Amino acid sequence: MLDLGRYIIFSLLSIFFSISSFSETRKFNIGKIATKQEVAGWDIDIRPDGLGAPKGSGDALSGEEVYAERCASCHGDFGEGIDRWPELVGGSGTLSSHDPVKTTGSYWPYASTIYDYVYRSMPFGEAQSLTYDETYKIVAYLLNMNDIIDEDFILSNENIGKIKMPNRNGFLLPDPRPDVKNLNGNPCMKNCNTPTKIIGKARDIDVTPEDEKS
Amino acid sequence: MAKEKKDIISRRSVIKAGVGLGALGLSSKSLLAKEANNKNLPPNVPEWTEILGDGVDVNPYGMPSEFESNVIRRNVEWLTASTESSVNFTPLQDLEGIVTPNGLCFERHHGGTAIINPIDYRLMINGLVDREMIFTLDDLKRFPQVNKFYFLECAANGGMEWKGSQLNGCQYTFGMVHNVQYTGVKLSDLIQETGLKNKAKWVLAEGSDSSGMTRSIPIEKIKDDCIIAWAMNGEALRPEQGYPIRLVVPGWEGNMWVKWLRRIEFGDKPYMTREETSKYTDLLSDGKARMFTWVMDAKSVITSPCPEKPVLQKGIHQIRGLAWSGRGKIKRVDVSLDGGKNWKTAQLHSPVLEKSLTRFTIPFEWNGEEMLLQSRAIDETNYVQPTIKELQNIRGVNSIYHNNSIATWLISKNGKVDNVRLG
Repeated sequence: MLDLGRYIIFSLLSIFFSISSFSETRKFNIGKIATKQEVAGWDIDIRPDGLGAPKGSGDALSGEEVYAERCASCHGDFGEGIDRWPELVGGSGTLSSHDPVKTTGSYWPYASTIYDYVYRSMPFGEAQSLTYDETYKIVAYLLNMNDIIDEDFILSNENIGKIKMPNRNGFLLPDPRPDVKNLNGNPCMKNCNTPTKIIGKARDIDVTPEDEKS
Repeated sequence: MAKEKKDIISRRSVIKAGVGLGALGLSSKSLLAKEANNKNLPPNVPEWTEILGDGVDVNPYGMPSEFESNVIRRNVEWLTASTESSVNFTPLQDLEGIVTPNGLCFERHHGGTAIINPIDYRLMINGLVDREMIFTLDDLKRFPQVNKFYFLECAANGGMEWKGSQLNGCQYTFGMVHNVQYTGVKLSDLIQETGLKNKAKWVLAEGSDSSGMTRSIPIEKIKDDCIIAWAMNGEALRPEQGYPIRLVVPGWEGNMWVKWLRRIEFGDKPYMTREETSKYTDLLSDGKARMFTWVMDAKSVITSPCPEKPVLQKGIHQIRGLAWSGRGKIKRVDVSLDGGKNWKTAQLHSPVLEKSLTRFTIPFEWNGEEMLLQSRAIDETNYVQPTIKELQNIRGVNSIYHNNSIATWLISKNGKVDNVRLG
């Protein structure tokens, strides 16, 4: 009885404190507290350091089959991309060329991003239908196709934050703009020295869509 | 007699222009329809006067006049693999003032338009907060509200024009922008409900569409002016604009304005999502890429005349255009008729709001000569809209994003207008 009495008093106290703490810090008292289960179901992002990576694993060898079934119809058997669907493999050494090829191998700075993106939005139109292990397998397959890991390397939540991507140091921060000459709000107004020869016309390129409704 | 002659001339030039537009691939229907029916002109009684019109409720939700059927969003089919992950363009050339009608706001989806019953809508706030919380749509509407005009521009607006003039239209080269009045709750107010840990420096905004769109946003911006919006131009968000809730990130690239917003997570580091690493990073000529280039720099465009709006007759016309800056208010817009050699300052029309489209006009006279039309925006930070050459010299031609350079419209002797590149 005594214990129960203590328990009741403790409970009342804790209710009192929680209410008083709410009224102090919650200005409007709108909305409800999310449960751990609710958050867990929606909090699917993973960060470059691997934070948020769900428990699971997979290697490229087993990834090939999953990839062939779930990815290859758009991205091609070897990640080459079909029609205008993105290519996922190759492009190394092209970033400073006239025609840069930006793939998971040549451009993406973090392996975590591939996992995060594949899990949340792929296959296109069947978002969040892959299991954690299937996602690790697909990512391992892509990393292997891009010569970043071996085919028997077991990618997992333990090591996805440690994969070194080739273009990891290819990005510049912070934003340097405004990066053009500072004219301090006073650009040339009269007889300005600027070229006015026509060197190109969109009409000549002829890629502007026709209007079917005309 | 003189009047009759004038009518004929204007009708002929209209027909000629209509043919020109057809060749351009644009609708000639509305222009040809401008050929008047004499039975409806003075001194005759017009046909619509002789009969009763439709009663109320024929269109419970009103639509534009049938004669405006060419004022629509358009896409460029060859740009993308599927319409579900694609973009279309606002018909800026047909709009007046600064408000973009809701049905004409350009669309950019990565996994199609999510259809969400508002009863099933939930916004989750989690991570480095004192209380992880969930809000319904009704909950959100109980907070103090704000009503603000902001432009939203895709960072890739004009992205096809880096190497040269590619698309022959104002709509296709500038139409990834719109401007509406948002109603919503400031995120800084929502934070008061959840509390915030000191370590919270970044926010992940996440959509509930099939792409699960995610972007990282620094906490300073979140506290400054970001809004959780449920209405645009006085009515609920359109489905394609994120119904029932989208994030509003004033002055920053449109990709960050996550639609169908389901979750806001607070963390101590950026999340490096696909959209802020493999996309929306600006590749320079040396192969390095700028990252987190959020602000939309000052920009302007002449919306008439333009390739879709030829000059139909000689004499006085009004140049109309739009200017905007992600860094604040537009201070001034200059217009050139000779490709940038000489400039005149245009009139700005009120309201001139920060991070909002601003309307400018300036009269000009055309007597059949070639002209090279340009506009140049200056914002309140004294930033001057640059030429494409200036941008290319610094960034190369593979940036895709953040092309805010001055465009040139060539008016030819026949009144046709072309998107051209000067050099």
